[in-house]
Order: sequence, then C-alpha cells, then structure tokens
Amino acid sequence: MKRRITVCGGTGCKASASAKILENFKALTSSLEDVEVAQVGCFGFCEKGPIVKIMPEGTFYVEVKPEDVEELVEEHIKKGKRIDRLLYTNPVTGLHVEDSTHMDFYRKQQRVAIRNCGTIDPENIEEYLAERGYDALKLVLNNKPEWTVAQIKESGLRGRGGGGFPTGLKWEIAAANKAEQKYVVCNADEGDPGAFMDRSIMEGDPHSVIEAMAICGYAIGANKGLVYIRAEYPLAVHRLQVAIKQARENGMLGSNIMKSGFGFDIEIRYGAGAFVCGEETALIHSMEGERGEPTFKPPFPAEKGYKGFPTNVNNVETLANIPVILLNGAKWFASIGTEKSKGTKVFALAGKINNVGLIEVPMGTTLREVIFEIGGGIKDGKKFKAVQTGGPSGGCLTEKHLDMSIDYENLLAAGSMMGSGGMIVMDEDDCMVSVAKFYLEFTVEESCGKCAPCRIGNRRLYELLEQITEGKADMDDLDRLRNMSNVIKDTALCGLGQTSPNPVLSTLDNFYEEYKAHVLEKHCPAGKCSALTQYIIDEEACSGCTACARSCPAMAIKGERKQPHTIDLSLCIRCGACLTRCKFNAIYTK
Amino acid sequence: MNVVIDNKAIEVAESTTILDAAETLGIHIPTLCHLKLPHLGVNNCPAGCRICVVEVEGRRNLAPACATKCTEGMKITTSSIRVMNARKTVMQMILSDHPKDCLTCSKSGNCDLQAMATRLGIRHIPGEKYAKMSSYNPDTSPSVIRDMDKCILCRRCETMCNEVQSVGALHAAYRGFDAIVTPAFEQNLEKSTCTFCGQCVAVCPTGALTEFDSTAKVVRMLANPAKTVVVQAAPAVRAALGEEFGMKPGTLVTGKLAAALRRLGFDYVFDTDFAADLTIMEEGAELLDRLKKHLAGDKTVRLPMLTSCCPAWVNFIETYFSDMLDVPSTARSPQQMFGSIAKNYFAAKIGVKREEMVVVSVMPCLAKKYECARDEFKVKGNPDVDFSISTRELAHLIKEANINLAELPDEDFDSPLGSSTGAAVIFGTTGGVIEAAVRTAYELHLKKTLPKVDFEQLRGMEGIRSATVDFDGLELRIGIAHGLGNARKLLEDVRNGKQTFHAIEIMACPGGCIGGAGQPLHHGNESVLEARAAALYREDKSKSLRKSHENPDIIRLYNEYLGKPLSHRSHELLHTSYHKKGVL
Repeated sequence: MKRRITVCGGTGCKASASAKILENFKALTSSLEDVEVAQVGCFGFCEKGPIVKIMPEGTFYVEVKPEDVEELVEEHIKKGKRIDRLLYTNPVTGLHVEDSTHMDFYRKQQRVAIRNCGTIDPENIEEYLAERGYDALKLVLNNKPEWTVAQIKESGLRGRGGGGFPTGLKWEIAAANKAEQKYVVCNADEGDPGAFMDRSIMEGDPHSVIEAMAICGYAIGANKGLVYIRAEYPLAVHRLQVAIKQARENGMLGSNIMKSGFGFDIEIRYGAGAFVCGEETALIHSMEGERGEPTFKPPFPAEKGYKGFPTNVNNVETLANIPVILLNGAKWFASIGTEKSKGTKVFALAGKINNVGLIEVPMGTTLREVIFEIGGGIKDGKKFKAVQTGGPSGGCLTEKHLDMSIDYENLLAAGSMMGSGGMIVMDEDDCMVSVAKFYLEFTVEESCGKCAPCRIGNRRLYELLEQITEGKADMDDLDRLRNMSNVIKDTALCGLGQTSPNPVLSTLDNFYEEYKAHVLEKHCPAGKCSALTQYIIDEEACSGCTACARSCPAMAIKGERKQPHTIDLSLCIRCGACLTRCKFNAIYTK
Repeated sequence: MNVVIDNKAIEVAESTTILDAAETLGIHIPTLCHLKLPHLGVNNCPAGCRICVVEVEGRRNLAPACATKCTEGMKITTSSIRVMNARKTVMQMILSDHPKDCLTCSKSGNCDLQAMATRLGIRHIPGEKYAKMSSYNPDTSPSVIRDMDKCILCRRCETMCNEVQSVGALHAAYRGFDAIVTPAFEQNLEKSTCTFCGQCVAVCPTGALTEFDSTAKVVRMLANPAKTVVVQAAPAVRAALGEEFGMKPGTLVTGKLAAALRRLGFDYVFDTDFAADLTIMEEGAELLDRLKKHLAGDKTVRLPMLTSCCPAWVNFIETYFSDMLDVPSTARSPQQMFGSIAKNYFAAKIGVKREEMVVVSVMPCLAKKYECARDEFKVKGNPDVDFSISTRELAHLIKEANINLAELPDEDFDSPLGSSTGAAVIFGTTGGVIEAAVRTAYELHLKKTLPKVDFEQLRGMEGIRSATVDFDGLELRIGIAHGLGNARKLLEDVRNGKQTFHAIEIMACPGGCIGGAGQPLHHGNESVLEARAAALYREDKSKSLRKSHENPDIIRLYNEYLGKPLSHRSHELLHTSYHKKGVL
C-alpha cells in the first residue's frame, strides 16, 4: 500500500517542532518504498498540534513529538498498527477517534476556502495542479471577461475581510472603469488579534490566491497584481514567493498565460503591521509610500486606487473562494449559506474554548454549533459568558444569541459584525468591562490619528473604562460612555473608528448590571479588576501567625499574635502577597 | 441635480459638495479643518475634524459635508439633535486635548478653534480631570514657533508645505493619539528643509504655528534712551495693515503707517522702498553686466539671473537647487541693504555708533526674521537689522499703544532713507521686482527714455508666467513664479534646459509679499490678494518718479558714498553669497 505521511507546516505547528517531525519522517522512511512524506498547510486543529495525518487510511495523530516518529514508522507504517496514545480522545466518551471525519471538530465543517490546507504541499505546484489547480483560470481565459464577473455575481460571494461588499459587484465596477492601467490588490494585511485564516491560506494554499488574482485581472482588465502582506508573516511570504516563482515557471503568470495572449504578474508589497492598513484606501496609500491612513470614499479604489488607477482590492479568503466557485459553478456556491450570505466562512476560534483552531462552516451555522460542537465547549467546564466576534471592533454576544445563525446581517443586528472572522470565547471569570477596555486599548493603539473622534474619542473611552474598573466613575459617566461611543460610531472617518466602540456598546447593552456593580458597589463581579478586589481575613480560620502582616508591603494588616488579623482596605494595595503567604486559607477575595 | 437641504430644495451642479450646496442656500455649516484655496488649486479636505457632519436620509452614519458630494434626490439635515450632539461631543473631544491658555495665547481672538467653541456653545469639557493631554517639546526658530500641544491635526500646514510650496518640511508622523505634524525625525524646523516662508502659520487655525514675536524686544529698545531706533517698513505692509483695523482690503495706509511708527517712538521712520530702489540699481547693473558678457560670448556667466529679494526663496534654492547657487543675483534683499546702509552710511552721517543703533524692520514676511539673523549680515556679531516684526505684530503694537490708525494724519517718511519711486513700491507683488528692474535696465542700457513705464505683460496672478520685453531688438525673456511649488517647476525646467530665460523673478509666497505669512490672515480669499496688489500699482501710478535710478537720494548715496553700482564698496555692503544646505 502506498502511503503518504502529511505533517502540518503551519506557523503554529512549526512552533511546536513540526519541522523536526518532518525531518525525522524523511530520514526514517527514505529507504522505504511506497512512502511519501509531505509538509502541508494548517489542519485547523491547532489546539492539538503538531498534527500528522497518514493517508490513505486518514489516521489523524495529534500532539506528536519528534521522538514519536520512530514509533510511528515502526508500528504504523511498517506493521500497520495504529498508536492509540497519539490519537485524539473524545472528551465526552473518552474513546479514541481514528480519523478526522469522525471528530466533532471536523464533522460540521465544510472546507471551501481552506479546501487544500492540510492536504497539499504548498511549496509544490504539482500538488495544486493535481487538485484541479489553475483549471479555473483556464476556464476563465476561454470565456469573455464578462462571463467571470457574471459568475461571481451570481455566486453571491461577499468580501471576507470584514465589509461584506458583494465581490462580483466590486469586479463589475472595476471592469467598467476604463483606464490604461488597472491593478488587482490582494489584501493580506490580516490584523485582527487572534485571526489567522489569511495567513493559513497563504501558508497552506498560496496558489489558490495567485490563481484568483489572475482570474480577477482577466475579469476587470488588469495585468498587474500586488499582494500587500504583513512583513510579520515570514512563512506566508516565503510560500507566496515560492508559489509565484513556480507559477511563472509553469506559465500561469507572465506575459502570455497558457498561450491565451493575456498577461498578468504579481508583486509582493510588505506592510509594517498597522491594523488600519487593512482598510483599502489606507492600504493603497501605504503601498504608494504614503502615510498609511484612510481617505474619504468616494472615490472608491475601483475608480481611483493605486497610483490613481482603477484598483480592485480583495482579501485573501475572498480570493481563495474564487477558483472553486468557477469550477463547481455559481449555483453550487449559492446553494450553501443563508439568503443574503452565501458560501462558507472561516473562523479563528480562541479564548476559553476547548478546541482552539481554525474552522470553516457554512454561513447560517449557529454560534452554539460552533462553540459547543466544533469548539467542544468551554474550558475546564466553566460557564459560557460571551463570545466576541469580528475582531477588536466586533461586539460581545451572549447566551441569548447562541442560537442565532451566523451571517453578515444577523451579526450586525446583534451589535457585532462578521469582521474577518475572529471568535473569542469568554467564560464566567471574565469581567466584561475589562474586556471592553482590552479591545479599546487595541483600537487606541491602532488608530491612525486622522479623524478626531477616533484619535481622541477612543482614548477618552479607554480612560473612562479605566475609571470604571478602578471604581472612580459615577452613573453619569456610564451615560457619557454610551454617548461618546455612539458619536464615534456616527462620525469617524473609516471602518476602524466607526466600529471601535462596538465592544463598549455591546457590553453596555448585554452586561449593564456588571457596569453598575463597578460604579455603584465598587465591585467587580468577576473579580478581575484588581483595584476593586477586596482582600478579607476569615477570623475563624486565622491562627494569628502574623505571616501575612509581615509579608504586607503596605503595612495594611493589623493584629496581635495568636489573635485574628484584619486588613485595612484603605491601605491595601491589592498585591495579593498575604493571600499567597497564608497557610491556613484564611484570606479570601471578594 | 436636485437636493433638499433643511427642507429647502435646490438644484446644484454635478460633484457639488453638501457644504457648498448649503452655502448657496445661506446655510453655513461649521467647518474646522477644511480650507479651500481656489487660486492655488488646493482644497485641504482631509475630512478629519468631523465638525461639519450632517444627516443624510438613508445613510447609516453622519456625513462630512466638506467631502460628501450631493447625489440626486439627497435629503440633508444640517442641524438635527443628532447632528448637534455629534458636533458638540466631537468638539469636546478636540478641546479635551487642547491647552486652555486662551487668555495668553498669541492666537486669542483670531483662533478658529476658539471661535468654533463659542459657536457650538461649549461650556465644559467632561472628563477633563483625568484626560491625558498631548505633550510635545516646543520648537522655536527665529521665524516660526511650533507648539504641537495646540495642533488639532487639520493638516492645513501639511497641505501648504507639500502641495503648494513643495518644501516638504512638515508631515504627519506617528499614529493615534500620538499623531503629530512634524519635520522628519521630529527635528526642529531649523534643521529641516523649512524655508520659513511661514505659509503654514498663515493657515494654522490655532496657536500651534505662530510667528516668533519680537514686539516686546522692540518696545524695550524704544524705551532705552541710549539707543537710536531706526525703522523701515516694507512695500506690502502699507497695502494690508489697514485690514487689521477694519479697513477694506486694498486700502493704502502709507501716510498713516509713517505716522503710527512715529507715534510709537521710533527715532527715524524710513522706508524699505528706498532700499528697493537701491536693490534695483545693484541687481539691474548685475543683470546688464551678465547680459553683456553673455552676448559677448562669455561662457562663464550664468543666465538666467534670478532675483534674490525673497529670503524664503533663498533658503529654498540653498536647500533644493544647490547646484544652481551661482544663478541668483548676489544683491542682498532690500531689508538687508537698508540695514547695511543704515548702520554704515546713515549712522556715520548722524554720528551714532553702530552698537547704539537699532534697526527694526516691519515686514509682511516671517522668513525676514530668519534672514536678519543670518551670519552673513552681521558685523562682529551685531546684525545689520536687529529685529524684524510682521505686519500683524505691528498692528498689535499699534493697538497696544492705543493709537487710532484711521484717525492719524498722513505723514511722510523721514529723509534720506525714506524717499522712493513707484518702482520700489511694486516690489510687494508678484512681478513687481522684475518690472522695476526692467524699467531701470532699459534706460541705463539703451540710454533712452522708456516709451511706456507700465509692463502689463509682467503682471497678474498666474502662478508661473513668462513674457518678453523688447530692448530695442533684443528680446529679453523673463520668467516669473510665485509660490515655491511653482518656483520648483520653473527651476526644474531651467535646469533641464526645457525653458530659457534671461531673468527670473521668484517670490515664495502666493501673490508675492502681499500674501506673505506676516500679513493679516486672508483665509484663502484671493480677492484680498488682488485688492492688495491693485493698491500697490495704484501707489506706483501716483508717484511722480517711477524708476529707481531717478530717486534723488539714491543718486546722492552713490555720489557721496558708494561710487557706482557693483563698486567695491557696493560689493562689500550690498551683496552676499549663498551656501548649500543639507536636505536632512
């Protein structure tokens, strides 16, 4: 039996020595016939990486270490005996699961954009070609440009970078604008903390992006493509470079693609990691060497973009959908998803969830399915409190939203957004005021500073949240918080500022009692706000050993030897030294 | 297309902004960062302050009126509760990061931000007690002071510095709350490519960019009985000073200016126009000299000759065209010629020691402050011109001294450095210097009287102009540029051999000195510049003498002291040299 051993080569698994695993496999199987070892893109199940999958049986090994390789080769490859201890264990049944198709994490997934991630070797164009790679481009070149635009329009594909603008319409507008030069730009400036779908696609299936850009070029009449990618993605950059080179060598890029007479080539441009440069006008300015800040739209890039020429900007995930839409047909794609949100969406699951990783589900899947079935529920059996979708400027959704099906409109109506697909889960231990503050800290840092509401307003929101978490705010401040948030949303120049107050507004809406507790009772119900934490000595349990008093740097603990001690809260600096010092569990926090 | 604004229907042209459409209905939407300079073809519209937001039916969020174009059927509300609350809240945000020292701020009373706070009825700034404020080190140069704590990031200065002047000294840096407009690497202006043209100061809506104020020092000198304080006033000042006292743009206040300076206590009230005539004698002689040599086939002589009166322009060529430093005339500017003559010729004449004489200039310009501090214009550390104050600073002094300018009688300047011709007064507007030079060069070269003194072909407000002047068969090709962006274009053409000229006049400020950064703020209104230019031409016409070489006091100065133009003494006192400046 010819076997193929695939080892995850995504950034996450590489950080856990998957390169060494690959090397060991290659060394130990070099003498074996009928065994092929390949490095592939991300499998998505990052929680349990590094992952090794053996085909054709599809055995899915998790948390593999380099030293496990010898055993895998000896037992599995040579003797055909699977090694149970390296299999995934279903946490509910306690049983080993041999292949991924029977794992809850994968069962409800439908992989369209990341179809080749974890399957093919991203650095080998042959493997992409074997998966019908560049067939879509060939199909497109045999038709008129209008045909492609019509197909994409019919598919109902919408921008996956956050805005959700219909992709076909965008292409149509760019195609209609006549100019001597046009550009196709791939927005690979993935900036949402925790989101890594674009990186995974570029690392796992770079040719799908290249092919889609060439298709777009033909459709809108552009012969130049630019990938704007964060310089902090070295592996993605490398794999893109390799893929572009291979595509050129194979005649998929260049002056005469597949002898069609159509020419298209791609250059890579590096971003310095500014979040705002994911906004298309800011991205274009950055590529032009100008300050990376947005400008007022219209004019839209489709009319006046890079160097003043019509430019079509699409995000990586959007582009990755293109070839497969054309191959399987617009109707097929439109049959997946909800009425207004077609196809699938990749989400990056993170936070207090069992199965951290990258997933792709049909639009319309509920939050509950994602969090409790695919995600395997909340870590350590804690209670679900909220899920934050849409990156730093999305909103926090609660229990009552769990059965809502995920699509652009529903998320917006619930006070959050699709964004690029970040999904961060919070449990009962999370303080929602602190969560809002955390996200604001990010947008304050990432604001470009061009418009006043975002530059100053977000900073003031952050300061107000700080006042609340320190117990220094009053109820009028909560009204101010809401008013400022609404005004920033209403007046900011670009998408960053218009959405940055979402974490504040959604937590105000869904967790108002928690805000009130901070303000009126000077109490943090989750016990997260250190300034509001009260250290208290249980008189019954205190032995009067004086250890706490001696450890207190603020001299806040008083009491006679062998008598119960007390903490003077006005002096206490909430450092927690006493709590760690006490051997009698006599100190607790409230 | 048809739109409805505040329930009033109006038909507007394609691509009209909501702001302009509302304006035609008499609805004045408040704006802060926006600045339209139609004559410069510049529209500073970053849509950054968000004060001009309005409600558009069917739109999710509010729209900035300055940048949003009308579309067919648009229904706009400019002052709903939602809009008013947004404006006020945003204004409170802006003010929460702005110092509250209005009482002592030099921009007080003339500050767009202050006016907007009044207009929007801001009475308190919530959260003031814990709001972090921006804090930057102030940057002091001889001409311009940058206090970035007061910057509201309207980006007007950046537009002026880059798009209009092509100087590239100021640019936004850093991001978010730390965003700031600054020279590269946060250097001081003096180390940057700044030319001190001051056009940034002229458009700054707050006290973030202001002139270096020398009035206090001038008053101290006036109060010192041991000092003989001599003042000179530049041509453009007389065409604009009146505006600071409520007079119409273009009101000439030459006589009242002399009277006011005298009331302020200056010992001698002279006129920079005298030195302008002197400049023409030297510069005109130099042009003829270069021209003769050129025509005789001398390859070492460089043409065109560029005028050198404008100090910002000199800074610009020293920075950006250092390969062309032999092109400008070596003649000093009128301000510096005046200082040199005052402290050498005049001081000796009245028996005052150089150290006891203080020369003050009143200029429409901020770069003049930098110029008078240059080492080339000092003798043993003592500058030929001690202090240069702007038209605005003089206006402040006059107000402070409780002098009612309007009611002052017209008085003459003192003799001998106060007499001038019409040629000198038009120095204040674009094209004026070269016209003055042509008048004199023609007569001195051809030894015959000009048939017509006015050279209309050299006048106008076009940014780059060229014309020919007939010197009895010799076609003299003349180029004129005002605004440094235009100067750059013209110079690049000359450098690349695309255009050839015999002489070029360049002024750094749009409009020439009448649009200088030290003048009363014209807020981008071109008609103000036109009125000031017309005033100078009017004064020229009214003069009995209109050619510099006919000025009797100039003739006497040469007879008594300098000998002839380009003499050894002239070279020593009235000419200079230029030095390359690093770009960074």
